[in-house]
Amino acid sequence: MSKPKYTIAVTGLNAIDSPGPGIAVIRALKEAESFDVRIIGLSYESLEPGIYMHDLVDKTYQVPYPSAGQQVLFERFQYINSIENLDFLFPNFDAELFNFITLSKRLEEELGIKSVLPTQEQFDARHKVNLFEYGKEHGIKVPFAKMVYGMNEIPAIANEIGFPLVVKGKFYDAKIAYSSDEAMKHFNKISAEWGLPVLVQEFVHGSEVNVCGIGDGNGVLLGAVPMRKLYITDKGKAWAGVSLDDENLLKVTRDLVAATKWRGPFELEFMKTNEDEYYLIEINPRFPAWCYLTVGVGQNQIEKLVNLGMGNDVEPFDTYEVGKMFIRYSYDMIVNMSEFEQISTIGEL
Amino acid sequence: MKIRKNIAISDSGFLFNPSTGDSFSINPIGHEIVQMIQNEKSEIEIIDALTADYAIDKNTVEKDLYDFINMLKTHKLIE
Repeated sequence: MSKPKYTIAVTGLNAIDSPGPGIAVIRALKEAESFDVRIIGLSYESLEPGIYMHDLVDKTYQVPYPSAGQQVLFERFQYINSIENLDFLFPNFDAELFNFITLSKRLEEELGIKSVLPTQEQFDARHKVNLFEYGKEHGIKVPFAKMVYGMNEIPAIANEIGFPLVVKGKFYDAKIAYSSDEAMKHFNKISAEWGLPVLVQEFVHGSEVNVCGIGDGNGVLLGAVPMRKLYITDKGKAWAGVSLDDENLLKVTRDLVAATKWRGPFELEFMKTNEDEYYLIEINPRFPAWCYLTVGVGQNQIEKLVNLGMGNDVEPFDTYEVGKMFIRYSYDMIVNMSEFEQISTIGEL
Repeated sequence: MKIRKNIAISDSGFLFNPSTGDSFSINPIGHEIVQMIQNEKSEIEIIDALTADYAIDKNTVEKDLYDFINMLKTHKLIE
C-alpha cells in the first residue's frame, strides 16, 4: 500500500547551542514509517541553521515575529499555503504558541492546515505563574510559589518559603538565592530582562528528570519517555541524556494527562527528591529539543502526533528502550553568501 | 543485602542504574564484591573470601567493605 505524503511546516530551526526543537522534529518526521514528508521550514532569523540544511528542509519561508500580530501571520500563511498546500503545522516555540493556538481553527477551516496544540485554557493554566494552582487543582505536587511585582515583597515571601529559594522569569531563566539580598539582585536582573511578574519558588532538593510525551486531548497518554540529563550547558540545556526506567514517573505523567486532558506534545520537568517524590517544576507545551530520543528508543512521538492530527488511527505506545543515550553535537556548515542573501532579501530559500 | 533488580552490570564492571540514569565504573575488587552480593553471600562470607584471596588483614577488609557497601546504598544500588 502506498504511503500518503504530507507537506509539514516546522518552526524552531535554530539548531544553535541552546537549540529549538525544529531539527529534531524534522529528523523524526523524515524517519516516519507511515507517511512521506515534504518539509517546509519557517524561520524568524536569517541565520537559523535549519534554513541551510537542505537534506532536511525542502524549502524555508521567513515568518513574522509573534509581536507582529495574528493577522499578519495569517496572511503570511495564506501566501505560503498558496504555493505549498500545507497539510500540517508544527510550531515549536513557546512564544509563538499563543498566536498559533488562536489561529488554529482559521488555519484548518480556511487553509486546510491541521495542527495538534493544547487548548488556550490548558496553555494558560500550565504557565509557570499559574502552575502552583494548576498542581493543586489536579492533585500534582508543585513547589510552593508566589508571583512578585516588587523587590520589597521578597523578604516576607522568603520568610514564608525559607532559603534557598528559586527566582524565576516569566518565560525564561531561574536563579537560586541563599539570602534576601541575593534574591533581590536576581529579581532586578530577571525582571529587567523578562518583565513582571517574577516568580519566587520553594527550592526542592533532588535530581531533575524530564518526560517527553503526547496527550490525545481526551485524557489518554499516547506516548511518554522519561529522561535524565547527564550533561548540561551553562544555560541548563541538555547536552547528553539517558532514557530511564521509572514506572512511578510514568504513572505521575499518566495521571496528569488524564486529569488535565492535555492535548498535544509536552515536556514535563520534575524534581525527584531523595524520598522518590516528584515535584512538577514546569510544563512546556511543545516537544523539547531532545525529542529525537523518543525515536531512538522506539516511540516516534512526532509521527504519532501528525497521525493524530490527520485523523489516522493512533494506538498509545506501551514500551520504549531504557538506557539509550543522546549526545548532542555542533557542526559547522559552509554556506554561500547567495543563499544568505536570498533568505534575507526575499524571505524564501 | 541485594543488588536492586534492575541494575545492569557488565563484565567490565560497569554499573548502570536505569531508574536514575547514573552509571559507575568499579575496579576489579569492587566488581568481585558486587558479584558476591549478587550470589547472595553474607558480609562475613565476603570478608572471609577477600582475606583468603588477598594479602590483607581482616580489619582493613571489613572497614573497606562497609565503606563500599555504604557507597552502594547511597547510590541506591542495593536494597
